[in-house]
Amino acid sequence: MNVMNIFESMDYGLSPESRTEADQWLENRGKKFGHYIAGAYRQSTKPNYFTTYNPATGEELAQIASGTKGDVDKAVDAAVKAQKKWNRIGGYQRAKYLYAIARSIQRHARFLAVLETLDNGKPIRETRDLDIPLVARHFYFHAGLAQLGDTELSDRIPHGVCGQIIPWNFPLLMLAWKVAPAIALGNTVVLKPSEHTPLSSLFFAEILSQVNLPAGVVNIVTGDGITGEHIVKHPDIHKIAFTGSTSVGKRIRHLTAKDNKSLTLELGGKSPFIVCSDADLDSAVEGIVDAIWLNQGEVCCAGSRLLVQESIADTFLAKVRKRMNDLRVGSPLDKSTDIGSIISKKQRNHISEMVALGKEEKGTVYQPQLPLPQNGFFYPPTLVTGLTPSSVLMREEIFGPVLVSMTFRTHREAISLANNSKYGLAASVWSENINMALEIAYELQCGVVWINSTNTFDAAAGFGGYKESGFGREGGWEGIDYYTKPKPPKLPVQARAKSRSKLVYEKEIPESLIDQTPKLYIGGRKVRPDGGYSLKVFNPQGKIVGTVGKGNRKDIRNAVEAARSASSWKQASAYNRSQILYFLAENLAMREKEFARRIELQTMCDSGEALHEVRTSIETLFYFASWADKFEGRIHQVAARKTVMSLNEPVGIVGVVCPNQYTLWGFVVMMAALVSMGNRCVVIPSETSPLSSTDFSQILDTSDIPAGVVNLITGNHDDLVKTLVEHEDIDAIWFAGCSTQNAMVNKMSVGNLKRIWLLENNLNCWYNQKSGYYKECLKHSVEIKNIWIPFGE
Amino acid sequence: MKKTHFSETHTPDGFNPSTIDSRDSTQDKLVPIRAQNTGSELDHGLIAEIQANPSAIIHRANTLKNRRSVKSHWQTAWLLKAITLMDLTTLAGDDTPGRVTRLAAKAQSPVSMEILQKLKVEKCNLKVGAVCVYHEMIAPALDALKGSSIPIAAVSTGFPAGLTPFDLRLAEIKESVSLGAQEIDVVISRRHVLTENWEELYDEIKLFKEACNPAKLKVILATGELVTMRNIAKASMVAMMAGADFIKTSTGKEPVNATLPVSLVMIRAIRSYFELTGNRVGFKPAGGISKAKESLQYLMLIKEELGTKWLSPGLFRFGASSLLNDIERQLEHQATGRYSASHRHPQG
Repeated sequence: MNVMNIFESMDYGLSPESRTEADQWLENRGKKFGHYIAGAYRQSTKPNYFTTYNPATGEELAQIASGTKGDVDKAVDAAVKAQKKWNRIGGYQRAKYLYAIARSIQRHARFLAVLETLDNGKPIRETRDLDIPLVARHFYFHAGLAQLGDTELSDRIPHGVCGQIIPWNFPLLMLAWKVAPAIALGNTVVLKPSEHTPLSSLFFAEILSQVNLPAGVVNIVTGDGITGEHIVKHPDIHKIAFTGSTSVGKRIRHLTAKDNKSLTLELGGKSPFIVCSDADLDSAVEGIVDAIWLNQGEVCCAGSRLLVQESIADTFLAKVRKRMNDLRVGSPLDKSTDIGSIISKKQRNHISEMVALGKEEKGTVYQPQLPLPQNGFFYPPTLVTGLTPSSVLMREEIFGPVLVSMTFRTHREAISLANNSKYGLAASVWSENINMALEIAYELQCGVVWINSTNTFDAAAGFGGYKESGFGREGGWEGIDYYTKPKPPKLPVQARAKSRSKLVYEKEIPESLIDQTPKLYIGGRKVRPDGGYSLKVFNPQGKIVGTVGKGNRKDIRNAVEAARSASSWKQASAYNRSQILYFLAENLAMREKEFARRIELQTMCDSGEALHEVRTSIETLFYFASWADKFEGRIHQVAARKTVMSLNEPVGIVGVVCPNQYTLWGFVVMMAALVSMGNRCVVIPSETSPLSSTDFSQILDTSDIPAGVVNLITGNHDDLVKTLVEHEDIDAIWFAGCSTQNAMVNKMSVGNLKRIWLLENNLNCWYNQKSGYYKECLKHSVEIKNIWIPFGE
Repeated sequence: MKKTHFSETHTPDGFNPSTIDSRDSTQDKLVPIRAQNTGSELDHGLIAEIQANPSAIIHRANTLKNRRSVKSHWQTAWLLKAITLMDLTTLAGDDTPGRVTRLAAKAQSPVSMEILQKLKVEKCNLKVGAVCVYHEMIAPALDALKGSSIPIAAVSTGFPAGLTPFDLRLAEIKESVSLGAQEIDVVISRRHVLTENWEELYDEIKLFKEACNPAKLKVILATGELVTMRNIAKASMVAMMAGADFIKTSTGKEPVNATLPVSLVMIRAIRSYFELTGNRVGFKPAGGISKAKESLQYLMLIKEELGTKWLSPGLFRFGASSLLNDIERQLEHQATGRYSASHRHPQG
């Protein structure tokens, strides 16, 4: 190429990053890799290899061992052996290892960037400037967290062995997001990288050996979904963390239903990118480039759903199209490439099919005439306009460089369109009006909102989704809850404490002669059960102590609808919620003898115990009234001129199944925690002793709690629980019913991936250990939303 | 056959406001493209709607420089291009005819023949975009540049503060033009921007434009003193509406001079104005650009946001004094493979 010609054309030309060192490493390793178990590479028990390719060229990069059950067993054994000691050495010692890993990542930064680009097909600009720096940052952050954990997290312990399954779109970054918090907090790990992109994980294993990480702390087993299933099913793994598709996430939920492993699922998305008419449109166009053309659009939080205000739609879309013409699709190793190769032929075909479907749906497809390389799996940047909320392309994840768009009239409509999705991972909001931007940010149902920015990440800020985008948070202080669990109480669970004061009933006076008919409590009204049947309530001696309505499916349906209508509760001020909880306590206190008597009648417990339970319930109401206006979010320190507000938002509508034990308190503690954080609940009271809950509806009636915030459906748990757990409009289930139903509850939740909390023995412990439970209850009562607010004028 | 020169011909600036040269194929609507900026009415509504989000603009400017890369031959060509886009400048109180003569010599042969030969581009007629001086130095500059076709740009209107009596500022422009300056770099009254008095700003620049005829009007916004990006975006638009042929960031005398984010704001204003009127307005970042690498970043910014067409002396200039020396060093490195030293290149 002649300099004079270039002077005329002013083209960029070629600017390839060298791959020599990466090739040399592959060569040195014989282009063949075993698993990394107990601190060394091991050959597979029955060696069976698959190939990892460079998707940009189709060339074979290396042979990778396919992990068998035997391999997974060995890895888990190594992890189990290492875990106790790894936890015992303490936070500072672990911090030193994490620090060494972070430094080593930085020392090998360019090598890792090249290796990642070769294996994944994403542009070197991204691996060099985003992936690898964020990987190092994640290990630094968690080195600090490891050390601080000794003092700041003294009430929590690690899960033990974590099984971690990561995707191909950000291979090493997802490894960092999983491994760093796990090992920082004293867990050990069995990790499986994607079969498409195992190489950076395998090099990471070398780094672990270089820093002398104790054998077995991190084990890496390669393979496909079958290997992943061996990990998921392994009985000695107590925690599964998965990032990937929603369908696989649901399968994992299913597979782990029986053994109730702790789960973190970071799944799909169809994240809205909202452009208001007062936005800086040129900047919003660049936002789109970062939102959907980063990493070929193969990003779970890609801003793939453009919502643009109708008044500026034509202008804005014209700017987007013009910008698309300047994108460069090509060799991922070239430093001037914007869009690299799709991961596989299969994925590219899927993208093509989706775009074809968009045409069938009467969408207008725009693709700039860009030269695409002959080999590899390249796909041009694509914009589909003129779609409606019912279009498949507006609802389903494409996972490619395809932006779909639709207009809105007002910001309220934008909010409702944005939330009209089964997903809730991230969102981007563009407006120069801070009032509007923050209103939208607060109203969106998703884990991350970027105002006037997009796809920015930091280890200090949590990441994770609402709804079917999964559960759990990765990064920040909020991330530690998912790699630790509360320390079990030191004292053995005691028998029910007795109250010092005893009630003395005048035994000769019979119970009230006036007949009582407890009803269901739905939408603030006492209603007869839909089926028109009632159930007798017996005491342990088999004597009838009352009747309750026999609720059915339709009652559950009605209760959920009532809860849905009470949506203003989440906007009630924290002060207001606190006042109402205090008022509930006050009204219960006025009737404590009556409630105690009811407990005694139903359970035949000692009258002192019964009174103790009522008083504990009153104290609990006070407790959550106290927390209502004090369980606050955080401000994360991510960068200069960027505020990240981490908000605790109510989960939404929570189905509560009460235990048979603690007939009153079991209900009060769950209801009070949820209500204090702005949730609404549909409660199935204790099956054997429901009368305390039904009595409580009168307290609810007199305490200014808005209709629909608390709903009570009595009846047989066998009939009701399934309907409740399967209901698609319920966001979470707190299950303290019979533990034989645990697996069923986990399984039934798969439909909309509602959050499941099995309280099991927790209530037993907490009844006697008041201080322990509040945090757990409150944490389960909220979803954390991180709102990124860059500022400066 | 088209003859390739490393300097584009500077057509004598006999502006014909109604000259229509082509229609831009990237435009959806048919907008006539004019050779010179004829200006437009002051559109208050449009000014009020201008938005510029600083954090997003800074993000774009900071990441853009890592999104593109030019190496080997391409880097050589781009650096040579940067030279042709340079207003080689001396604006000091101690300027003398001798100093200006040295500068003019450098303008005509900015890179040593030895290096050009090694790069195999010796046959080109490489020269800078213009020489930029104070009014008093126009005459010696004219002398020294005789026969070179390099235009002389004169800073004017009470540069750098722009607070001399208004009629004297107009007179200063006319004097410089009549002496032979082909480009006039004026400073605006910053107070009009800071008080959002767009009417006054528009009228002021319009009168500058009239006084300037037939020379090119380059309007210095002194962005460092306008502070906010919204101010800069609005001032850019008003200046273009009033007829600026170039908008320029700085005098070089403000505490903060040209930066990539501020340039991005002005470039986007140029793009909007072009889309509205079909008039192409030039851009000149000035002050603080002293490294070859930075000059490449500016060229990338222009290419990405305005298109390759803007990479010509008619539409883009660097205002710089020490940039050339660094580019020479880089070119010698390209030619020999050895890193160079400043003293190896003739001083300007």
